[in-house]
Amino acid sequence: MSLLTVTNLEKTYVSPEGSLSRIINVPHFEIDTGKQIALRGSSGTGKTTFLNLIAGILQADSGHIVVAGEEITALSESERDRLRAHYIGYIFQTFNLLAGYTALENVMLGMMFGTGMDTNFAQHLLERVGLGDRMQYRPSQLSVGQQQRVAVARAIANRPRLVLADEPTGNLDYHHANEAVTLIREICHENSAALLIVSHDSEVLGRFEEAKDFTQVNCV
Amino acid sequence: MKKQIGLFFIVQRSLRQHALSTLITTLSIALGTGLVIAVIAIRAQSVSAFTGGPIGFDAVLGARGSPLQLVLNAVFHLETSPGNIPWTMYQAVKNDPRVELAIPYALGDNYYGYRIVGTTTTLFTEFEYRKGVRFRTQGDGRLFDPDRQEAVLGSYAAQKLGLTVGDKFNPYHGLVFDESMRHDEQYIVVGVLEATNSPSDRVIWIPIEGIYRLDGHVLRGSGEEYVAQPGQEIPDAHKEVSAVMLKFRNPQIGFMMDATINKQGKVATLAWPIGAVMAGLFDKIGWINQILALVSYLVVLVAAGSILASIYNSINERRREFAILRSLGARRKTVFAVIVLEAASIAALGVLIGFIVYGAIFTSASAIVRAQTGIVLELLKFHPVFVVAPVCVILLGVVAGIVPALKAYQTDVATNLTPIS
Repeated sequence: MSLLTVTNLEKTYVSPEGSLSRIINVPHFEIDTGKQIALRGSSGTGKTTFLNLIAGILQADSGHIVVAGEEITALSESERDRLRAHYIGYIFQTFNLLAGYTALENVMLGMMFGTGMDTNFAQHLLERVGLGDRMQYRPSQLSVGQQQRVAVARAIANRPRLVLADEPTGNLDYHHANEAVTLIREICHENSAALLIVSHDSEVLGRFEEAKDFTQVNCV
Repeated sequence: MKKQIGLFFIVQRSLRQHALSTLITTLSIALGTGLVIAVIAIRAQSVSAFTGGPIGFDAVLGARGSPLQLVLNAVFHLETSPGNIPWTMYQAVKNDPRVELAIPYALGDNYYGYRIVGTTTTLFTEFEYRKGVRFRTQGDGRLFDPDRQEAVLGSYAAQKLGLTVGDKFNPYHGLVFDESMRHDEQYIVVGVLEATNSPSDRVIWIPIEGIYRLDGHVLRGSGEEYVAQPGQEIPDAHKEVSAVMLKFRNPQIGFMMDATINKQGKVATLAWPIGAVMAGLFDKIGWINQILALVSYLVVLVAAGSILASIYNSINERRREFAILRSLGARRKTVFAVIVLEAASIAALGVLIGFIVYGAIFTSASAIVRAQTGIVLELLKFHPVFVVAPVCVILLGVVAGIVPALKAYQTDVATNLTPIS
């Protein structure tokens, strides 16, 4: 059953010179419930924009995005925020943890706008990602790999149906990148969340049964 | 409810993260709030105490001059005496059927700066400084014997001078303490009055005859100088009093006596009603209070401006934080609410600490007022400013938060979160 369906999606930007630049043109794309798909693409091909459109952070110029039965392209901004809070988890390349919050608080922040804060579940997630003894640490007190694991725990904290991962290993070395991908895949699987990961790292992509070139998806 | 907890969760951590600027802005709000509350509350209590406090008399009769000077001197035991009036004038008002009570005061001496007032025992046996309440001596103390060199002390004077029943002291001539002006006569303390929280607490009461007989005192009640001789009765014609404290049988008497003494007569002044005389003083010095109030309002405004400035300046560096919150599902209005709530929280914290500032200012001011006048101001006596000032300051905080909140509201998620790839 399809969890995410994208059809005839288009997004155009106004370049600094003033000309229009079409960055997204996706005729069709879909992910079934619980599936894990990787998209390969080099920088500047619109991968992040694509994920932001799916997450409802950006508004499409035209086309349709349906997440968990709700057409996100037809929703107002605040409704898209609500949908994102309830159905979508997002892992960023730069982790985007809040510096003033502890690891535990960062994870709880991931629940706040959706399911509501649940300290026990947040602690469980941090233990699951191997940070049971680092819950009260601030991001600056954690290694890069540990920060990524906090970001993974936060992305799953609202029990999302779909997890979007944007170059999640971009800031990690080979060893930690492999660990991170394994963790993301496992944790999505354990929580029955579908995973859409975009990366230019062929090592990462090689570990997915279904990996596509983003150029095959995005026909610009 | 869950949402509100979430907002406080974010606000609390934000305040923690920006602890230094939070502390500074909170303290500036506290200072402003404390000042506003203190200025208004102290003024209100002072006016109330000086114009309608536990005075107990309706009017003061004294030498021709300023009614205000008369009241300050006789009722509040401040200022110098405008002069004396003959004993016969006291007797005349005392025997006036319209007058319920007339009590003579003779002033002019002190003990270490605390005024010695000569009077009659009527002050203790008939006068009620508050309805139904008379002066009472503490413990086994008693009233002075009018024919002996005995004294009854107000509670504050006794406490500050360290005098108790059985102690002896020598009065000093004049209202201002001068070591060289010591009288030879010695008085013994026979009673200490219970506290009345009024100017009387700062007074040393002795028999009025004692004042007349103090070494060096000259009486001019008859117009000629007369010095009392030991063992000889003082003729009434020579006696004089500094003031006569009056209580009328009904308020209309005041109008009539005012007309007789102030408008038609030329030898004496009737300060009546005492509250109105003091209210006139507060009207005259009202501008001082207005300046103080203005300064405190300005402090609050500057403090509110500092909330606006500190949050506004932090918005740029916090854009990524807002973008992250938005990416996690926070709505624009949530980000807006976080900033407004943050500003309101700083204001609310400031208000709480402001009450401590108020307490400190009030306690200091109250100690000064008590030392100078004997009047006790009550720290916890309710005044509407206790509610109005906090509400206004918090509202001001909310208003100060709106501008930065609008800036935060406009934060674009995608631009501030990740670059376009």
